[in-house]
Amino acid sequence: MRSHIVNEMRLTIPSKSINESYARYAISAFVGQLDPAVDELGDIRTVVSEAVTNCVVHAYREEEGKIYICAKYYDDGRVVIQIKDRGCGIPDVKKAMEPLYTTDQSGERGGMGFAIMESFTDKLKVRSCAGYGTTVTMTKRIKK
Amino acid sequence: MMNVQSKMEGNKLILYVLGEIDHHTAKEIRKEMDKQIISLRPKEIRINLSSVSFMDSSGLGLIMGRYAVASDIGAALKVVNPTDSVARIMLMAGLDKIVPIERIK
Repeated sequence: MRSHIVNEMRLTIPSKSINESYARYAISAFVGQLDPAVDELGDIRTVVSEAVTNCVVHAYREEEGKIYICAKYYDDGRVVIQIKDRGCGIPDVKKAMEPLYTTDQSGERGGMGFAIMESFTDKLKVRSCAGYGTTVTMTKRIKK
Repeated sequence: MMNVQSKMEGNKLILYVLGEIDHHTAKEIRKEMDKQIISLRPKEIRINLSSVSFMDSSGLGLIMGRYAVASDIGAALKVVNPTDSVARIMLMAGLDKIVPIERIK
């Protein structure tokens, strides 16, 4: 049986680091409509924070750009969240997704962002084109 | 609001972190922690995460970075009483193998 969209949200925010928490709260409020367990909501907040931080830190770096967030939930309990930027893109997505891989030289970033997104969701898809941006799509099923 | 409160107990520096740790807040937290560590030069550093309501991989980076600073001054580093969600992310990353987690009542 085909599932149907029950509700949908869209949010466009500038790539300011202060918006990392704003994105988390917005997603929490939206997914809260499904009455998720504390752990499930915590996982969703974490993966959204990771994806938005990637846009701020890696996609736009010193410049400011827009982050496009779209979330939908379906009547089968699936939540699909898409986080898109029009930043620098990732030249090698496979490498970027390896745990502990980071381009950061300061020693203050662990390279665990994609590993967390993968571990805390049911499905993670990363599409990127160098020079054009990146789209991260995450799916998580909320248990009833 | 200051996100870090510190206290010396003998040779131990206890750093209490309050609120959320993400890429945005980590900068201030790191600055305050390093200021205390460098000026007090303790033998042991305990980062108490019992009042942290959210932490993502920026928190892992923050702890790894403090591990490097602690090693430079010959101090041991521990994480104390993390909340369940914080402990989960630390265990997932295997960070507990480098920085032990301690539960204190």
